[in-house]
Amino acid sequence: MILSGWGRYPRLECAVSRPRDIAAAAALCAAGPVIARGNGRAYGDAALGVPATLDMRSLNRMLAFDDAAGVLVAEAGVTLAEVIDVFLPRGWFPAVTPGTRFVTLGGAIAADVHGKNHHKDGAFSSCVEWIELLGPDGAVRRVSLTEQPELFGWTCGGMGLTGVILRAAIRLRAVETGWIRQRATPAPGLKSAIELFEASAEATYSVAWIDCMAGGGSLGRSIVMLGEHATRAELGADQRADPFVRKRKRAKTVPFDFPQIALNSLSVRAFNQIYYGVGAWNAGESLIDFASYFYPLDALLEWNRIYGRSGFTQFQCVLPLAASFDGLTALLRAITKSGQGSFLAVLKRMGVQQSRFSFPMEGYTLALDFPIRRGTAALFGELERIVIDHGGRFYLAKDAFLSAQALRAADPRAADFATMRADTGTAPRFISALSERLQL
Amino acid sequence: MTTPAIGKTILILGARSEIGLAVAHAFAARGYAIQLAARNAAALEAEKADIEVRFRVPVTLHEVDALDFAAHEAFVGGLPALPDVAVCAIGTMGAQADNEQSVEATVMELRSNFEGPAGLFTVLANRMVARGSGALVGISSVAGVRGRAANYVYGSAKAGFTAFLSGLRNRLAKGKTGVHVVTVLPGFVNTRMTAGMDLPAKLTAEPAEVGAAVWKAVERGRNVIYVRPIWQIVMLVIRHIPETIFKKLSI
Ligand SMILES: Cc1cc2nc3c(=O)[nH]c(=O)nc-3n(C[C@H](O)[C@H](O)[C@H](O)COP(=O)(O)OP(=O)(O)OC[C@H]3O[C@@H](n4cnc5c(N)ncnc54)[C@H](O)[C@@H]3O)c2cc1C
Ligand SMILES: NC(=O)c1ccc[n+]([C@@H]2O[C@H](COP(=O)([O-])OP(=O)(O)OC[C@H]3O[C@@H](n4cnc5c(N)ncnc54)[C@H](OP(=O)(O)O)[C@@H]3O)[C@@H](O)[C@H]2O)c1
Repeated sequence: MILSGWGRYPRLECAVSRPRDIAAAAALCAAGPVIARGNGRAYGDAALGVPATLDMRSLNRMLAFDDAAGVLVAEAGVTLAEVIDVFLPRGWFPAVTPGTRFVTLGGAIAADVHGKNHHKDGAFSSCVEWIELLGPDGAVRRVSLTEQPELFGWTCGGMGLTGVILRAAIRLRAVETGWIRQRATPAPGLKSAIELFEASAEATYSVAWIDCMAGGGSLGRSIVMLGEHATRAELGADQRADPFVRKRKRAKTVPFDFPQIALNSLSVRAFNQIYYGVGAWNAGESLIDFASYFYPLDALLEWNRIYGRSGFTQFQCVLPLAASFDGLTALLRAITKSGQGSFLAVLKRMGVQQSRFSFPMEGYTLALDFPIRRGTAALFGELERIVIDHGGRFYLAKDAFLSAQALRAADPRAADFATMRADTGTAPRFISALSERLQL
Repeated sequence: MTTPAIGKTILILGARSEIGLAVAHAFAARGYAIQLAARNAAALEAEKADIEVRFRVPVTLHEVDALDFAAHEAFVGGLPALPDVAVCAIGTMGAQADNEQSVEATVMELRSNFEGPAGLFTVLANRMVARGSGALVGISSVAGVRGRAANYVYGSAKAGFTAFLSGLRNRLAKGKTGVHVVTVLPGFVNTRMTAGMDLPAKLTAEPAEVGAAVWKAVERGRNVIYVRPIWQIVMLVIRHIPETIFKKLSI
C-alpha cells in the first residue's frame, strides 16, 4: 500500500499490517524488520516502513485510570483526541500536547512531542510514568525513569527505532475548565518578539505567529500569544453554561487538492485581522475554547490536501538561546528572499531538555511549511547550513530531506544513537525510511 | 450529551468484532451497562477495562458459541439480567474459493451467519416478548441482497438472516409485543473481516459509524438501515439489474 506522512511526501510502497492484540504485534515483529506507525501525523518518512509497517491504531484500549493521581494506563494507539473526549469532562487535560490532537500516545512518546508549555513543563516524556516496549528479542519490557532508565531515555524521542511501544502510563493535568485565557500581543519585529517571550517565562503557554513576508525593519513581525487554563471563576456566563466545551464546532473536510494561493491568502487575512485588531479587543485578552487554542488546524480535516498533489514539508529547527536572535534573523532573511515558504511560521521559546535524543533544547524553535517544488531541496540546504552554523538542530518528526551527514553535523547525539542501536540489536529489527535515510 | 440511561443493559453477541465493540461504545456513552458475549470471553478483559474507563458503566463478560445450539437457552438464562437491547455481530466470511469446493466450509458459513444468530435471537425474542419490551439488532449484510459469484455462500447465509429478521419483526409488530427488530446492512466496514481488501473509501464505513447508526436506529425504532446512505442507492441499482445481465457481471 502507498503510504506517506502528513506532508504527503515522500510516498512509498509499504507492506502494512494492523495488529489487534499484543500477540499479533509480537508475531509481526518476529517475522522481519518493522516500524510502528501511529496516526501518521509526522510529516515526512518517520512512520514509513517499506518491509513492514505496523499500524498501531487498533491497539487503542484504555486500561485503567487513577483519578486521584490523574494517571491513565492505555495502549499506544489511543489518541490524545480520545483522551480529551473522555477526561476533559472529568477535569483532566493532556499535560503536554502538540498542535494537533490526532496523535497517538505511541507517536507522542516516540517523537517526544512538545507543546506551547515546553519552556515550563518539558516535552511529552515528562508526563510518561512508564512504557511497555516490545524489543528486538520479542520480550516486552517496562521502562521508566527507574526501570531501565537508559532504554526509557532512548525510547522517548527515539522515533520508534528502539522497539514498539505497546502501552504507557501518562499523567494528566487537572483543569477546572476547557477554556483558555489568551493574551495576544503584537510585536513589530523579531527583537521585540524575543523580549516578549523572555518576559513571559511564567506563562503556562506561549507561542508566536511570525509573518514570513515582512522584510527589512519588520523582519520577524509577529503576534505573541500567551495562555492560561481558565478557572471556573474566570468564565463568563456563556462559557459557564458549558465549562468543558462539550459543544464543539463541527470539523470540515478539505474536499479536494487545493491551490497554494488560496491557503496563503487565508492565513494572511487571519494574521492581519489579529495583528491590527488586537488593540480593539480588550487589551488582547480573550477566552477561547481549548480546541481553537491548541488545535486550530484540526477544525479542517485533511487540510494537508491544501498543498496540492505534490505534497509539502515542514522545516522545524531549534537554536540555542545565545545564538537564537542571529540565527533566526538569518533564517527569516533566507526564507523571505526565497518567497517559497508559507506566509506564517511558528516561533516558540523552549526550555531545558534532558532526554537522550529528543528534539528540544533551551532556545527558540521555528517551524514553517513549504510546498514541495523544484527549489525546495536547495533552499533547505541553505537553511540547514544556517542552523548548523548556529549550533541548532532539526526535528525528525517533521523532516523528509536531511542527509545523514547534516544530521551528524547538527547533532552529536545521532552517532551515539546509532551506536546504541547497533549494540542493542535494534538496528536490524526496527527500520523506517527515516532510519535508512539518516543511517541511524 | 444525552443523560445517562441508568438501569438499561445491552448485550453484544460476537463482542470481539470491531462492529460489535463500536455498538457497545455508542450505548455505553449513553449510560447503558454492557454485556459482552463471545467465544473465549475471558480474553476480552482489555475491552472490558476500556469501556469501564471511558464510560464508567459496568461491563460483564459471557461465554457463548453460536453453534452450540443446545446451550442457547442456558446462555440467555444465565445472563445477570435480560438485556434491553441485544445486538448480534456474529459472522464469518470464509474464502469463497474454499466454500465453493468444500461442503463442510459451506455448511459452517451458513450456520455461523444464519443458524447460530437465528437460534440466539429466537431465545432472546421469546424472553423479551414475555417481559413485554426489548430491541433486537441483527447485523446482516448487503451481500444478502443478491447472490454474487464473489461471495454467494456468505451472501446466501446473510440473505437467510435478513429474511429471518424481517419475519421476526413482522411477528413481533403484529403481536404488539413491545419488542422491535432492527436489520443493519452496513455495506463495507473497515474491520478485521475486510483487512487487506481494496475497498472504495466512499463506500467504506468505520466501525464507529456503525455504532452511531445502530444507536439512532434503536432510538428511533427504524426497521432496516444502511450505514452510509449511498448504499441505499447502490443497492437500488443492484436490485433492479435484470438477471440476464446480472449473471454476466463481475461485481
Ligand atoms: C498539524 C500538526 C501540528 C503539529 N504540532 C506539533 C507540535 O506542536 N509539537 C510537536 O512536537 N509535534 C507536532 N506535530 C508532529 C506530531 O506531533 C508528531 O509527528 C507525532 O509523532 C505524530 O504522532 P502519530 O501518532 O501521528 O505518529 P506517526 O506520525 O504515525 O509516527 C511518528 C513517529 O512515532 C513512531 N511511533 C508511532 N507509534 C509508535 C509506537 N506505538 N511505538 C513506537 N514508535 C511509534 C513512528 O515510528 C514514527 O517514528 C504536529 C503535526 C501536525 C500534523
Ligand atoms: N466488515 C464488513 O465489511 C461487514 C459488512 C457487512 C456486514 N458485516 C457483518 O458484521 C458482523 C461483524 O463483523 P466484523 O466486520 O466486525 O468482523 P469480525 O471481527 O470477524 O466479527 C465477527 C465475529 O463473529 C464471531 N463469531 C464467529 N463465529 C462465531 C460463533 N460460532 N460463536 C460466537 N461468535 C462467533 C467472531 O468471534 P471470534 O473472535 O471468536 O472469532 C467475531 O468476533 C458480522 O456479522 C459481519 O458479517 C461486516
